[in-house]
Amino acid sequence: MEVFFKKTLIIIALIMVVLVLGIMLTLIIESIPSMKSLGLKYLWGKTWDPVNNVYGAYPFLLGTLLTSFISLIISIPFSFAIAVYLGEYNSKGWLSNVLKNLVELIAAVPSVIYGFWGLLVLVPLVRAFEIKFNILPYGIGIFTSSIVLAIMIIPYAASMGRELIKMVPSNLKEGAYSLGATRYEVIKNVILPYTKTGLFAGVLLSLGRALGETMAVTMVIGNTTLIPTSIFAPGNTMASVIANEFTEADHTLYLSALIELGLFLFCVTVVINMIGKFLISRYTNK
Amino acid sequence: MQANVNLRVAKSKAVQVVIFIFAFLVTLPLLFIILYIFQKGISVINWTFLTHVPKPVGEIGGGIANALLGSILIVFFASVFAIPIGVFCGIYLSENKNTKLAYWSRLCVDVLQGVPSIVIGIVVYFWIVKSVGTFSAISGSVALAIMMLPIIIRSTEETLNLLPSSLKEAAIALAMPYHRVIMKVILPCGISGILSGIILSVARIAGETAPLLFTAFGNPYINTNMRKPMQSLPLLIFNYATSPYDDWHDLAWGAALILLFTVLLLNIITKITTKRWNVQL
Repeated sequence: MEVFFKKTLIIIALIMVVLVLGIMLTLIIESIPSMKSLGLKYLWGKTWDPVNNVYGAYPFLLGTLLTSFISLIISIPFSFAIAVYLGEYNSKGWLSNVLKNLVELIAAVPSVIYGFWGLLVLVPLVRAFEIKFNILPYGIGIFTSSIVLAIMIIPYAASMGRELIKMVPSNLKEGAYSLGATRYEVIKNVILPYTKTGLFAGVLLSLGRALGETMAVTMVIGNTTLIPTSIFAPGNTMASVIANEFTEADHTLYLSALIELGLFLFCVTVVINMIGKFLISRYTNK
Repeated sequence: MQANVNLRVAKSKAVQVVIFIFAFLVTLPLLFIILYIFQKGISVINWTFLTHVPKPVGEIGGGIANALLGSILIVFFASVFAIPIGVFCGIYLSENKNTKLAYWSRLCVDVLQGVPSIVIGIVVYFWIVKSVGTFSAISGSVALAIMMLPIIIRSTEETLNLLPSSLKEAAIALAMPYHRVIMKVILPCGISGILSGIILSVARIAGETAPLLFTAFGNPYINTNMRKPMQSLPLLIFNYATSPYDDWHDLAWGAALILLFTVLLLNIITKITTKRWNVQL
């Protein structure tokens, strides 16, 4: 019985390894047809035309990069503000408790609900804004999905940042205060330099989320296979094109091209997450 | 000199105000979304809404019974798959900290946590849907179970790590066999932490849509056969929200309200139970 129990534990731990290897292998094997016939030019081919069997992933790579980075830029000031407020200005007390719990609930809301809300509330707002500034009023598009994404990824960098800022040794801060530094100067000259690697890692984790986020983006980005002409134009990301076209893919090469996108997405998110986790573990062990 | 000090103090105060404003601005979209969905959804929810299937466009009435039932079934079976594997893997990782297998297993849990949900949908499509030949609710459950695993494993491992080693030593000193030490001493002591991890994982996957697109697929009728396509709340919201019909939007708002409140409630329950444990989930 005892041996059996220990064996079971080992087998279950092995299952995790097998599961992840299986995911990787499945993606690689199923994307072989597209790798073989399209080769490397798949990545910067500019047209995606399944009807004529032409596949180029460039519009989706660009769409993913644009939405992720715009949403990061929008979200960083907010998540940083939350991290500093909860970690330094007000780390106890009911108000910070309320804020902390609300921020965690932001991460809990399902992405399809963000998408729905974005589609019916945010899109008309963006459209009104575009009409006012004489931009083609699509409403949907890269910009709208970046806003929705920004809201969704704020909690990740924020809660990471809060934990790290709390860990700054108080004698460092006290030393700065005793030299007459103001609170802002302590944050700028002590806390930020001390936590910068960790904060960067938190941003990386947010980026990993943004790259793989599917539903909310699919619902508000407009789903066109054309290369986006401006940040207000509709586009497509790697995840959203898979969500849209996977069940319609009617021949091997088409399906395989979509899976290659999935493989690429898998690799990029795994690498980004691993770098982020490595930086954080190095930081917390210091 | 004094002017310079005043300037620095004023600057510090100004930064504090700006940070305060930015930090609390973030809560506005959340509150706005909750209020908006509440306002839109509450008016459609009634008994018919909960007990009938959707009507074709143009007909008044209809509900989301198929999606409610489907969501409950899919999530239930996902939990059945994920909980035993997750909890036992968590036990292994907390019991064996430095073995090679623990290192690789832990790494894989980390990797799995970062995998985009749509990718898991693709993989399960090839594993189950394609080899069986039909979309099925059970494949949706498998996809969701894979997403639950990292959360359950992490929370189990961290909860068990917090238990004092004297507990285990005392049990071993009484000559208890290893499996009884784990099952009768360690697990019961950590059960509330493990349970809250499980609830949190259910809350995370209850709203997942992307992995269900190519697995459970959706179904406009009530279906309880796990080997057939099945509707679920997130799928229904996605399909009806992107449709151009107002009737369907109303159904989607009602479904969104139910989903949102279930998920938020589950999260609040975990918040309350993890207070005792101080586990970072």
